[in-house]
Amino acid sequence: MVEATAIPHAGPLRRLLRRKLALFGLAIIFLVVGGAVFAPLIAPFPPDEQLFEGLTLFGEPMPPGGDFLMGTDLLGRDLFSRILYGARTSLIIGVVANGVALVIGTLVGVLAGFIRGWFGAVLMRFTDLMMAFPALLLAICLAAIFQPSLWIVAMVIALVNWVQTARVVYTETTSLAEREFIAAEKTLGASRTRILFRHILPHLVPTLIVWGTLGISVTVLLEATLSFLGVGVQPPTPSWGNIIFENQTYFQAAPWLVFIPGAAILLLALAFNLVGDALRDVLDPTQRGAD
Amino acid sequence: MIVGAKPIAAPLSGAATPLLCVRDLTVSVRDRGTVRPLVSDLSFDLHAGETLAIAGESGSGKSITSLALMGLLPNNVAVTSGHADLEGIDLPALPEAQMRPLRGAKVAMIFQEPMTSLNPVHTIGAQLSEAILAHETISRRDARAKAIEALARVRIPEPERRLKQYPHELSGGMRQRVMIAMALAMRPALLIADEPTTALDVTVQREVLDLLRDLQQETGTAIILITHDMGVVAECADRVVVMKSGRMVESGKVLDVFARPAKSYTRDLLAAVPRLGAGAKRGAPQPPAAQVPVARLVNAKVHFDLGANFLGRPTHRVHAVEGVSFDIRPGEIFGLVGESGCGKSTIAKALAGLVRHDGHIEVSGQQLSSLTAQGRKQICRDIQMVFQDPMAALDPRMTVGEAVAEPLLIHGVGTAAERHARAAELFDRVGLTPHQMSRYPHEFSGGQRQRICVARALALKPKLIICDESVSALDVSVQARVLALLEELREEMGVSYLFISHDMAVVENIVDRLAVMYLGQIVEMGTRDQVFGDPRHPYTQRLLDAVPIPDPARKGRPHIRPAGAQPSPIRPLGDPPAQLALRDIGAGHLVAALS
Repeated sequence: MVEATAIPHAGPLRRLLRRKLALFGLAIIFLVVGGAVFAPLIAPFPPDEQLFEGLTLFGEPMPPGGDFLMGTDLLGRDLFSRILYGARTSLIIGVVANGVALVIGTLVGVLAGFIRGWFGAVLMRFTDLMMAFPALLLAICLAAIFQPSLWIVAMVIALVNWVQTARVVYTETTSLAEREFIAAEKTLGASRTRILFRHILPHLVPTLIVWGTLGISVTVLLEATLSFLGVGVQPPTPSWGNIIFENQTYFQAAPWLVFIPGAAILLLALAFNLVGDALRDVLDPTQRGAD
Repeated sequence: MIVGAKPIAAPLSGAATPLLCVRDLTVSVRDRGTVRPLVSDLSFDLHAGETLAIAGESGSGKSITSLALMGLLPNNVAVTSGHADLEGIDLPALPEAQMRPLRGAKVAMIFQEPMTSLNPVHTIGAQLSEAILAHETISRRDARAKAIEALARVRIPEPERRLKQYPHELSGGMRQRVMIAMALAMRPALLIADEPTTALDVTVQREVLDLLRDLQQETGTAIILITHDMGVVAECADRVVVMKSGRMVESGKVLDVFARPAKSYTRDLLAAVPRLGAGAKRGAPQPPAAQVPVARLVNAKVHFDLGANFLGRPTHRVHAVEGVSFDIRPGEIFGLVGESGCGKSTIAKALAGLVRHDGHIEVSGQQLSSLTAQGRKQICRDIQMVFQDPMAALDPRMTVGEAVAEPLLIHGVGTAAERHARAAELFDRVGLTPHQMSRYPHEFSGGQRQRICVARALALKPKLIICDESVSALDVSVQARVLALLEELREEMGVSYLFISHDMAVVENIVDRLAVMYLGQIVEMGTRDQVFGDPRHPYTQRLLDAVPIPDPARKGRPHIRPAGAQPSPIRPLGDPPAQLALRDIGAGHLVAALS
């Protein structure tokens, strides 16, 4: 063990910004968020306007180039505009719905893992039940009961996606609760809430970051599936997922219609992954001085 | 030599050609572009049939040396200069493909922790045969016969039955014997034993050390014994290399080095080793005060139920603590000794409220089982605990300053500024500087971390501190300083200690009174002079006899060899063990009657 040196430790933000990959990820996230927020200012066309010049004489979509930066879709709508507006939907799904799922899963997992007993057993059996239930079917039922809208879709996604997080968090909490420093806290007279929030939750942060960033692409695609089935975001509102699904049958004739929104999802998920990874290292005090 | 032994090349000429010749060995680690040596310019010779001990404290590079000889260095660590010739073959320079057949056949290794070195999902037989078949093309049946022979050689009873058992079915000592059997199955010329007995109980350590010595006499294998325990060095080795921070400090015959250490580091190291008998020089312990005891146990019991029948009812019960009674007086250091599984740590946990107990346990006059949650929390101010592994007992994501101030925060003592000031004061008191408070546990050494734990335990000014093997994981020099700190604190603050340890020498040096535990019961209890000066119970005698003595002149003294298998504290439900009756043989020296 090296004796601590007298180098002052930089703040977490500064250390995050020192990593090239994290900067790249942050840049993409800012780009996407900026595009979504300022979509009405940036978009060259309204996203749901079927443009006359957006189709060829034979009624085919226009390839990228010219007036249409990313080409047009089957109805002659400008793809670039749709991607910008679609970013709003996809960000809400990927960040908000996924975030809510993460919070529910963490609460269930941590409580079940820490309290154990019949309370924990009931929580975990319910989690198993949810896991065994086909998520898509549940989502379709929920979406059919409520009027489909973006926020309902987000809620549905949150409600079906928390189970994996709960399982992982539960397992990790049970092993953390057996660690000696938790026993040491008990001998100090620390209350359960203190142990839970001050000593167990911080140790779950790396796992949660990994699950949170992985969940982004999963939820964005689940939204696309729901939209495809008609219970998601209703057309003509664009989302990256439903742009892919609307156009997938014409993949060979107009590959950009699938490729561009696909690349957007991939880049966003990658960006969150990179930032999440860096964040995990930066927030880990045992890694201090390692960068 | 046993008939049929594999011929070993060249050990015949005796002292002329060494079996292993290490010259200027330097092992370095590549770390973010810089190359830093872990072991520098190490040179030694090892002859056939000889035992060389490499002794040193943690971080001295002794384990890295052994891994370099085995060609098992981690990826970012490499031998950067020098050579290590085994019968003329430079081991570190060999490519992996040529090294692999030598491992096991010419050089074998046993590790510290036998449970993690054996694969838990394969039987002993499968693992032994695999080790043999990896080197010899013989039939499975012949391999099995060889495996039985190997087990018999390490004196494992009923070797044929053992072949079908899994590692978890064997005791720690048995597992280490299996590891030795596996290492010696191919009759290697060189055996590297890396802390082979550190994880074992002292009586088991005795058996394993005796076994290694006997086997060496039979087979003529040369042994490199890596250890931090100078007692083990004195008892087992012919020559010793003392290492510090990757450099050789001193080397020579064990007798010479122990009698006339040339370097000051060696002298300090030997001086720091706790020795049995040294405690008697410290003078008589303070007379027992007639005050209210800090803690009192009367017929305390802790049980854990095990297994389940088809109705989900438990079938077996672990009698971890079975009717233990003792008092801890104010300002006293009370020792609790015994081997793993004897229930000494369970008593600590029961006192700290971490496990449920039956019977009567009271702390500063209040009975634990009758306390409300609020009362329980108040009791925490009187009774604090220092654990064995300070790294595990500190939250790695909390600065050490926060950790020391935390008990004050939990009990709502003072303002934030006052708590900080108190923590700084405590840091000062345990020999650390307050400016280290903003650091995290991993930035400290083991001894410093244990000081932090002691500071945390002191924060609430408790009446009793439970030290559960608190110095066992520390290097001897660090251990001596932490023990001195504990003693100073007792004199300054009048705090009592319950000092739990398996190390008889450490216990003798620090306690006033002690109890010896065996299978959840006390077999002997009295003052230090009574128990160490006049041990009456055969178990106490065996325990004392097994302690390695750091004096090579007393090497080879005869030892009590235990007979029969170790009994277990796990019993069928409804069949509690017989309660041992303690008899006072004079002046409060209690000894269990022999059954």
